[in-house]
Amino acid sequence: MKLAFHATFAAEFFKMLLKEIQVLFKKEVLLEWRQRYALNGMLLYVGSTIFVCYLSFNLRGAQLNPITWNALFWIIMLFAAVNAVAKSFMQEREGRYLYYYSLVSPQAVILSKIVYNSVLMALLAAAGYGVYALVLGNPVQDQWLFITNIFLGALSFASTLTMVSSIASKAGNNSTLMAILSFPVMVPLLLMLIKVSKNAIDGLDRGISYNEILTLLAINVIVISVSLLLFPFLWRS
Amino acid sequence: MFPCCYFPFYGEVRRISLENTFKNKTVRLNFRYTFLINKDRKIGLTFVKKTKSRGPYRIMMDLKKNWWKALAILILLYSIIGGLLIEVPRLAILNETIRALFFHVPMWFGMIFLLSVSVFYSIKYLSSNNLQHDVRAVEFANSGVVFGVLGILTGMVWAKFTWGDYWSNDPKQNGAAIGLLIYFAYFVLRNSLEDEQKKARISAVYNIFAFATLIPLLFILPRLTDSLHPGNGGNPGFNAYDLDNRLRLVFYPAVIGWTLMGVWFSSIRVRIRDLQNQMNETA
Repeated sequence: MKLAFHATFAAEFFKMLLKEIQVLFKKEVLLEWRQRYALNGMLLYVGSTIFVCYLSFNLRGAQLNPITWNALFWIIMLFAAVNAVAKSFMQEREGRYLYYYSLVSPQAVILSKIVYNSVLMALLAAAGYGVYALVLGNPVQDQWLFITNIFLGALSFASTLTMVSSIASKAGNNSTLMAILSFPVMVPLLLMLIKVSKNAIDGLDRGISYNEILTLLAINVIVISVSLLLFPFLWRS
Repeated sequence: MFPCCYFPFYGEVRRISLENTFKNKTVRLNFRYTFLINKDRKIGLTFVKKTKSRGPYRIMMDLKKNWWKALAILILLYSIIGGLLIEVPRLAILNETIRALFFHVPMWFGMIFLLSVSVFYSIKYLSSNNLQHDVRAVEFANSGVVFGVLGILTGMVWAKFTWGDYWSNDPKQNGAAIGLLIYFAYFVLRNSLEDEQKKARISAVYNIFAFATLIPLLFILPRLTDSLHPGNGGNPGFNAYDLDNRLRLVFYPAVIGWTLMGVWFSSIRVRIRDLQNQMNETA
């Protein structure tokens, strides 16, 4: 009897949570659509960074060494992600968060931000990959693995950086702080991503990368669950 | 009343004895005073505690409470002397540098223990909102970082003699460096916040979050990649020395001793911080 009660309660809670996430996600997209600031700004950021890299390497027809190509791509993605996600808690004023606090659960807020940021990052990364491959050449042999890896990267960047940006936003939205808090935390993810994408560039058997992909997913699970547990405490201040 | 009340010491704990002439007899009184004097040199709080005179009894009482500090000193003396003098197995390349096991490896054990304690207190802070837990979290992280720096330095010296370079792109070295970066970021984050409660809460959140990502960095990733570090990729690790139990005889005490030493460091720092906080409250 008691168990049944708890089960129905949990089911109701998850239904509510899903609904809240949906609404909040729609709100994020709407806000973005009205301003069209983050996405356009970030697309331009990625595009111009890639172009600056292209000009600095001063390539004429010759291709970059695959290791350099790979590292450069992920570094550009890392900086784009830090800049894109840092905005996620800056757009709205403190007062409005107080208002959300009375309406929805904190878990819904952080989850909707993570979902929104991963969609944003996936768009950015896909566009970035297109421009990058166009300008600096494309040595990738296993395209599907590389693209899957890019989406995994978008998810991992979004999940880690959303939590860090909420911490940084509480400390006065300092962009230096955002970078120093997030870079060391991102390293395990980045190492895995670079390894998988190196495998994709070399066209190695996909079985070799499963281990890394699983680790990547496991780290994501850890990061998201820790964020869910910790965000309510941040939110309260 | 007493001239000693005007000493410009902040939070000074000192023992003074007063000599009073009482009916032509000199009476010696022993007091232990805790002066908490704020910046205007006014006495904020005078905490008077009568203590027994120092003697064998007093020392025994001290030992009863702080036996682990004496234990730490004894164990460390044993492990340092033993670590330098005992006979070690002759292995190619490693040779005498195998003694790094007694000095380098305990640093990592100590660091991980101290950082775990720090995270434990961060969790306790979030559930209790008691600032004392925050102080403990910071100070344990502080001494954990000191151990981490020592671990990196000792590791670099060892790497120079066995691998030929101070820094040789080893996953464990890199992991350790990144772990330190995380905790430096933690201290910078603390310094960037003004309000005590807010500082404590946000840094506790970051501490737990960062520790959760540090675990895969230190324990999972090095096992996925090849490394020259002992214990990785076919290189003889600690278990390969099992034949020689004398190594364990010094290694385990060294780990315990350095860990106790770290706890001792932190407890002293915590006491200083608690006194400072008391002083600020009364000021």
